[in-house]
Amino acid sequence: MAQRITVIDYGMGNLRSVAKAVEHVADDKDEVLVTDDPRLIEASDRVIFPGQGAARDCMAAISHHHLNRAVVDAAESKPFLGICMGQQVLLEFSEENNGTELMGLIAGRVRRFPGGTAPDGEALKIPHMGWNRVHQGYEHPLWRGIEQESRFYFVHSYYVDPAQRELVAATTDYGVSFASAIAEKNLFAVQFHPEKSADAGLRLLQNFLDWAV
Amino acid sequence: MLAKRIIPCLDVDAGRVVKGVKFVDIRDAGDPVEVARRYNEEGADEITFLDITASSDDRETIVHVVEDVASEVFIPLTVGGGIRTADDIRRMLNAGADKVAINTAAVFNPEFVKEATERFGSQCIVVAIDAKQVSAEGEPLKWEIFTHGGRKPTGLDAIEWARRMSDYGAGEILLTSMDRDGTKIGFDNALTRAIVDAVPIPVIASGGVGNLQHLVEGVKQGGADAVLAASIFHFAEYTVGEAKHYMQDNGIEVRL
Repeated sequence: MAQRITVIDYGMGNLRSVAKAVEHVADDKDEVLVTDDPRLIEASDRVIFPGQGAARDCMAAISHHHLNRAVVDAAESKPFLGICMGQQVLLEFSEENNGTELMGLIAGRVRRFPGGTAPDGEALKIPHMGWNRVHQGYEHPLWRGIEQESRFYFVHSYYVDPAQRELVAATTDYGVSFASAIAEKNLFAVQFHPEKSADAGLRLLQNFLDWAV
Repeated sequence: MLAKRIIPCLDVDAGRVVKGVKFVDIRDAGDPVEVARRYNEEGADEITFLDITASSDDRETIVHVVEDVASEVFIPLTVGGGIRTADDIRRMLNAGADKVAINTAAVFNPEFVKEATERFGSQCIVVAIDAKQVSAEGEPLKWEIFTHGGRKPTGLDAIEWARRMSDYGAGEILLTSMDRDGTKIGFDNALTRAIVDAVPIPVIASGGVGNLQHLVEGVKQGGADAVLAASIFHFAEYTVGEAKHYMQDNGIEVRL
């Protein structure tokens, strides 16, 4: 059945790649919208919430576009995929920008990577940028057809640390083992960029479009 | 842990890939979309486009190239060549590029890098450095930044320059040895190592790759986070997949 998929646009980062990747895996009849209009978000079947940039800027942009309510409603009611900052802002508090209050949909904090050196002597540069392994914590419809320990593309300096460990859908090692994906009911949120993660990323987006919550 | 990245680089002139590509199963070897798609299928971790268009009339074509590639190839894309203003950066990012590489404009106006990273974020600003060894044999190694394809010295010390660009927020350094570029005798690994040790950001080694062992040396001796090569892939001497397997066989973590 044709569905409407909305990519929430609040001016943080380039959403073209996200929209293009979703269009690439969507059915011809599906409609992919990039919008900041709360009514269109509410009227859509699935919502993707991307984002790049600093935590404080993202929170300001969400307010500025009057999207708080629309994001919360979507995250509580329909298949919802957070990507990168669209994952981080769902938590309560970020260490970024000397401390930033976030949306608080998920209990927990966003922390900065410690950096330093890995046991093998490799420097843990910040940002964590490149292809890293994603260890799936349990079976989930969004992991369907994606091999355990597949690599996805990351670019970030902070990571989510949810209070409830059972929300952790995947972990990735970078000096610390962090939650590279979290899931709760109709919500799934990833730190990596599926839209830039080649076949594994496209498969995850396809799974999101097929996800029957 | 992070995989070491392999980045094929395409030179694009007025919308066409230059340097005769000889893939047998590609219909149009000059079409950036076809070549990029092919590299993606082979497992490239990113793709870099270097726009070498000379005529200003054709400068807009690279935007369309990026748009077309970004609609079909879903890995990070970097665009370099002629990035001089914030508008240039915005146009490339809007077209679907993930990063832009700033080269000459940084040398002439270092503050541009600072402004660009503040405005667009460090993660999308790569500073491209073209360096040449200027120390004589027996002297301590020293490299200088050159512009205009390695013809014009700038008086800038490569290590100091890399540190400054990193301090200004650059997310990554694309380091090309002008002594090695086009020689196929391998990276200048001493140069790479000197820059890697000087900055906390990732360094991409470029210039001189002639075989797969050179890629291994770039990572092991040079300490590069990523290796960039053009001709060995363009002329189908090796596929990206072969390069990755070779690196893995030599103990380097790659995405396969």
